[in-house]
Amino acid sequence: MTAADAFSRKKSNTEARSVRILTFKIDDRDVSAREDETILAVARQNNIYIPTLCHLDGLSERGACRLCIVEIKGSPKLVPACVTRGREGIEVITNSERIADYRRKILELIFTERNHVCSVCVSNGHCELQQLAVNLGMTHVHYDYLYPRLAIDASHERFSLDHDRCVLCLRCVRVCDEIEGAHTWDVMKRGINSRVITDLNQPWGSSSTCTGCGKCVQVCPTGALSEKGKSVAEMVKRRQFLPYLQLMRGVDRE
Amino acid sequence: MGQQVVIEPVSRIEGHGKISIILDDAGRVADARLHVTQYRGFEKFCEGRPFTEMPSLVERICGICPISHSLASVKACDEILGVQVPTTAMKLRRLLNCGEFIQSHSVSFFYLSSPDLLLGMDSDPAKRNILGVLEKHPALARDGIRLRQIGQRIIEWFAGKRIHPAWVVPGGVNAPLTADHRENMLALVPEAVDIIQRTLAVFKQSLENYREEIRTFANFPTYFMGLVDAQGNLDHVDGKLRFMDAKGNIVADQIDPARYQEYIGEAVEEYSYLKSPYYKPLGYPEGIYRVGPAARLNVCNGCGTPLADQEWAEFRSLERGPVLSSFYNHYARLIEILYSIETLDRLLQDPDILNTRTRAFAQPNYTAGIGVVEAPRGTLFHHYQVDDCGLMTWANMIVATGNNNLAMNRGVLQVAKRFIDGPKLTDAAVNRIQAVVRAFDPCLSCSTHVLGQQEFSIALIGPDGKVLDQA
Ligand code: FES
Repeated sequence: MTAADAFSRKKSNTEARSVRILTFKIDDRDVSAREDETILAVARQNNIYIPTLCHLDGLSERGACRLCIVEIKGSPKLVPACVTRGREGIEVITNSERIADYRRKILELIFTERNHVCSVCVSNGHCELQQLAVNLGMTHVHYDYLYPRLAIDASHERFSLDHDRCVLCLRCVRVCDEIEGAHTWDVMKRGINSRVITDLNQPWGSSSTCTGCGKCVQVCPTGALSEKGKSVAEMVKRRQFLPYLQLMRGVDRE
Repeated sequence: MGQQVVIEPVSRIEGHGKISIILDDAGRVADARLHVTQYRGFEKFCEGRPFTEMPSLVERICGICPISHSLASVKACDEILGVQVPTTAMKLRRLLNCGEFIQSHSVSFFYLSSPDLLLGMDSDPAKRNILGVLEKHPALARDGIRLRQIGQRIIEWFAGKRIHPAWVVPGGVNAPLTADHRENMLALVPEAVDIIQRTLAVFKQSLENYREEIRTFANFPTYFMGLVDAQGNLDHVDGKLRFMDAKGNIVADQIDPARYQEYIGEAVEEYSYLKSPYYKPLGYPEGIYRVGPAARLNVCNGCGTPLADQEWAEFRSLERGPVLSSFYNHYARLIEILYSIETLDRLLQDPDILNTRTRAFAQPNYTAGIGVVEAPRGTLFHHYQVDDCGLMTWANMIVATGNNNLAMNRGVLQVAKRFIDGPKLTDAAVNRIQAVVRAFDPCLSCSTHVLGQQEFSIALIGPDGKVLDQA
């Protein structure tokens, strides 16, 4: 499935005309929801915390990180809350031992895949990945680090891309495509070799589609995308623009 | 997939040192070598990283003087940006450095060296530590603990985090000083001055007891190097290089640190990872020079602050030329603490110090930068090259311990010759060999290893290469 497929599927969701209202349970609480709402959205409306990384309000869902996994009673499978819709009568459990354990493992694996050196990172202290490690009680990494050798793309005049800190959430890809409409970002290769790229894998600074708007930088959860000239811990992301742009996009479509 | 890079802790400067003492056929000491087995790859793994990350990366070189590394680093970065750092930011950096010197010199003197100095080099090793000092000389030990705390407080108020602050940034500092913090710091000054003056008095009285150590602790003629300001006074953060010969003649003065390569060569010896820098005009190994507290007080015309200047004059009257024994580094450290406290006081009174314009912004405008400061242990050089995007392509650092490498080796040799006789390492010899290394204060991790009993290993080696004794 390409990124574009995921987006079009999401678009059709919001265009549904008559929606049914469902009732089900999350963590023993009765909740009601529109049938086109995800478990994550319903949980948030009810102030139930489910950790997320690739999800960002205002962007389509991607289901890439799997940190939002929840249990549904009677089903052996764990499902990602951000891309799973509620069903009548189900019982969702958002925080069991088992889930906590899996989430921690997923997080540890994310840490091992790249070189996340928080102490010298521009996003130290303002990083969603780092915050998740704290929230989920990750104290050690039980897997071997891969220490991939990755280059930085600092060819753009104002921004730089550090693959060492990238978690492949693909928020950059989505915001660039869905909000800015430039689709400068995409992904190349697969699995563990996946990398975000600009245009056809050419230096960002030479991209002919990039408008230099910087939205990708602002939505990036880690220090992978940052403004140049920031020193350690100085990169604070600003995302206030997203709800507005999202709203405008919605108006557009109707 | 690319190849695997393993960044091991050994990439940092850690405290693993080993000394070999080599005997000749007659069983007398022929040579001594200090092997530094840990300095690996730091310059290498900077490559490809944005230069703006360097000030924080280099702070990880050393846990006890991270601020010196970050100051040298931001100065190199300032040059890459090509900006003029706002004067308030320069003063704030200098203030932070005062905190660092107070704290670092206090650790060196009170925690690491005072046990030797006050309890005696040959006292019970189990008690020869700060706790032993606390028992025997409670007032002095408490003073030491307090003074270190004051230094740390100051750093904390500036930079938030005590060990690895990220407050100094290329182009300046990232937050101005608050009026509250200024008041807090000013309030500490009188107490700090009292402590250091008391300690100086005690130390000067005890000098008599160390005649033998003074005579043999790296007491030989060498050149000296240090930074001085435009008036030739002591300068830790800015300033230009000055070289002095063993007789006290200034042989090179007001050298822009950017030209360091014209004056300093770096030799590589097989037995150590630490390069041996030497004064180029004299060649290797004749160009042996020393840096650090005593060297700085040797080369400067004075401290430029009233109380420290009095002490400086007394210090320089110890000998007719420059003070040659490295034992006097202890003394010089105390004087520099006093200088730092006075400088702190003076800068805090500066009406400009609360100015909120503390940072200049720019893109990288130059592809190379050289930053030099005086770290507590001596002159520290950071030299970077970047590509057009601001990514590091090359780095060279000369750390204080490196500058002193040749002198440390010769110092160990001198002590070994005096205290070793025959194929046995006596306690007296071991204690003094460790102590001479400590007089140079190579770095905390080193020094603590020396302080602990067996960790800093010394091997006595016969002419045939056989190990005769170990400690
Ligand atoms: S937040 Fe649901 S998969 Fe990432």
